[in-house]
Amino acid sequence: MSLLELDDVKVHFPVKRGILFDRTVGHVYAVDGVSLSVTAGQTYGLVGESGCGKTTLGRAVLRLTDITSGSVVFDGTDLAQLPEEEMRRARRRLQMVFQDPLGSLNPRQNIESILAEGMAAHGIGADRAERRERIKEILTKVGLPHSALSRYPHEFSGGQRQRIGIARALVLQPDVIICDEPVSALDVSIQAQVINLLEELQESEGLTYLVIAHDLAVVRHISDVIGVMYLGSLVEEAPSDALYAEPRHPYTRALMSAVPVPDPEVEDRRERILLRGDLPSPASPPAGCRFHTRCPWRQPTRCDTERPALADIGGGHRVACHWAAEIADGSLRPTSELAPPVLVDTGTDGEPGTDPGAGEDTDPGTERKETAAGTPA
Amino acid sequence: MSPQPPLLSVEDLTVTFTGRGRTDVRAVSGVSFDVAQGQVTGLVGESGCGKSVTSLALMGLLPKKGVTVGGHAYFDGTDLLGLGREQLRDLRGSKLAMIFQDPLSSLNPVIPIGLQVTEILTRHRGLRGDAARKEAALLLERVGIPDPTRRLKEYPHQLSGGMRQRALIAMAVACAPRLLIADEPTTALDVTIQAQILELLKELVDQQGTALLMITHDMGVVAGLCDRVNVLYAGKVVEAAERKPLFAAPTHPYAHGLLGSIPRLDAPRGEPLNPIRGSIQDTIAWSEGCAFAPRCDFYSERCLSGTPELTEPHTAGHRVRCVHPVAPPSKEGADR
Ligand SMILES: Nc1ncnc2c1ncn2[C@@H]1O[C@H](COP(=O)(O)OP(=O)(O)OP(=O)(O)O)[C@@H](O)[C@H]1O
Ligand SMILES: Nc1ncnc2c1ncn2[C@@H]1O[C@H](COP(=O)(O)OP(=O)(O)O)[C@@H](O)[C@H]1O
Ligand code: SF4
Ligand code: SF4
Ligand SMILES: [Mg+2]
Ligand SMILES: [Mg+2]
Repeated sequence: MSLLELDDVKVHFPVKRGILFDRTVGHVYAVDGVSLSVTAGQTYGLVGESGCGKTTLGRAVLRLTDITSGSVVFDGTDLAQLPEEEMRRARRRLQMVFQDPLGSLNPRQNIESILAEGMAAHGIGADRAERRERIKEILTKVGLPHSALSRYPHEFSGGQRQRIGIARALVLQPDVIICDEPVSALDVSIQAQVINLLEELQESEGLTYLVIAHDLAVVRHISDVIGVMYLGSLVEEAPSDALYAEPRHPYTRALMSAVPVPDPEVEDRRERILLRGDLPSPASPPAGCRFHTRCPWRQPTRCDTERPALADIGGGHRVACHWAAEIADGSLRPTSELAPPVLVDTGTDGEPGTDPGAGEDTDPGTERKETAAGTPA
Repeated sequence: MSPQPPLLSVEDLTVTFTGRGRTDVRAVSGVSFDVAQGQVTGLVGESGCGKSVTSLALMGLLPKKGVTVGGHAYFDGTDLLGLGREQLRDLRGSKLAMIFQDPLSSLNPVIPIGLQVTEILTRHRGLRGDAARKEAALLLERVGIPDPTRRLKEYPHQLSGGMRQRALIAMAVACAPRLLIADEPTTALDVTIQAQILELLKELVDQQGTALLMITHDMGVVAGLCDRVNVLYAGKVVEAAERKPLFAAPTHPYAHGLLGSIPRLDAPRGEPLNPIRGSIQDTIAWSEGCAFAPRCDFYSERCLSGTPELTEPHTAGHRVRCVHPVAPPSKEGADR
């Protein structure tokens, strides 16, 4: 059963200019039409590189950021349409855990006061004593001693602070927790502790997670379903194992091939799909397929003119690529077999405007000169 | 082992921060390792274990006040730690170069990239004017910056993170250094950009014979890039080995635990992680015994009778600082 259903969610931030800062000169298309559905009791992992809109999407679900258009249906209610007061109440059931545990905890409040604050606001617990009992129970669940109650955030390590952040969400007995980069600020040995904790809590509390992270290995480890984002939209979605076994979108393939694996035997055998250039700016996303400025499989037709829809290919697998079928059956090869080594890759003759890093639209006229993967092999 | 003498030989490096009124912080506590000519040597460990302080000490970039540095670092025969300011400055940028995690902080924000590159070319290679500009453009092009002539005129903030790191690498390799120290050069970058930068560093080592001291917290990066690896814990090397033996048979309980706690992209879903308990804050001073003892599953009383020595419990060249080294996995055998 789907507990959280997003339909064509868009979040566009106006870019203002002028002396009075009131003239809108453009938009940052941070989230640009995302549809996905999170099953109750499961974990949906949203993965993508910096700036692709993951955090914005998470915040939009909680309406911490205004939604430009689209719907966010939680347990039958469209949150996008809720009046502010009702939305405030709905937030008890939808909680967020942030990346930077220190930045999201008030340094002048002790742990009891941090945890009790939300409870009081949502009318949980009759009095202070009752709330304290509940907090103690939760502290035990997240693996913190009761002595933590009277201590302050700076007295804890990064991993412990993240446990406090999780406890703050848990005291409200939420149904859904949105975890934005829950472990990326932590050392690996601590990451594993927090990942295991999240998994245990899901089991014992029946939680549903939307986990947002840039680390594909972490996301694969904890998610039932993974959505891959690129420049504001989903390019692929599949059950965790299927995505790993059969990545269908060129971007997913490149992303996967770039993740280092802590095993020299694997590393030595792996083929790397090196992408050219950087992420274009979400303020001026490329026309057509947003990935076409960097796609090693880019074709002369459709890719730069027509935006591919996220199409169902069966088995709960969805892909947004015009040529996904041809790429999968091998009839389309990368424009250059794995990108050439970077040092000799002087690919473009460098016309201004064709450099994806500049965040400008690629001029369709230069298309044949500049293959996406650089110098032909 | 390489037949040549090592390019850099760090011997018993210690760095202590002594603050007014504060207790001293022993950030690096007797670190020894070699960097072989033309190879990639890894220094790996979690935050706070002394990676950056080690590299800054080698480069002579630690503040003079409130810091005590001990030990030796023989680079091509000369002890870097005994050199004066001037001599070090001459060495840096010519034979010795460094790149950092945050390229923005090592680039001057108000000077165009081009000028920062040509300055180095002028100082160390005597190139001026057009010749310097041409060479600068060539360097940027070689590190994979498209449209280098235009980029040379731009300021650091106009470049993306990946491109800034490339610019910094271009500056670092402008004088074909013998040794490049890279402190978490890809940590701030996206993984697809990281792949580009790692490829670039590999090319440098392969084509120019530059030796690379790669400092990272990422065991995946180590697995793909390093020839020899030194694992650091609380300011000491706790395990040192060639790349493959280290991953096949991690022998120090810390290294062993670290590898068991990393989620792997290629591991089947649902396989549980085995975290190391506690955190880096649960550490005792090396003078009292093994600093890892409070977190160690293999702990016994013996671990608290002085600092464990580096030994070679299973195979030659695979050094481990532990009195109860983890047995090698049975089918891998001790002869790997
Ligand atoms: N309030 C805002 N006003 C204008 N632009 C914004 C705002 N918030 C985010 N953006 C832009 O929207 C895009 C998506 O940002 P977002 O923070 O969602 O990315 P992300 O995927 O979470 O990245 P990261 O992995 O770095 O956290 C970025 O280009 C960002 O600069
Ligand atoms: N300027 C300083 N003053 C006091 N302590 C410091 C200073 N710089 C680093 N340290 C301490 O030295 C230890 C090692 O730091 P560092 O080398 O930066 O770790 P990392 O391995 O993460 O690079 C840490 O405990 C850190 O807090
Ligand atoms: S639609 Fe074209 S450019 Fe986009 S991912 Fe598919 S092949 Fe690449
Ligand atoms: S010396 Fe003892 S405490 Fe230290 S790592 Fe070895 S077994 Fe563990
Ligand atoms: Mg984010
Ligand atoms: Mg560091």
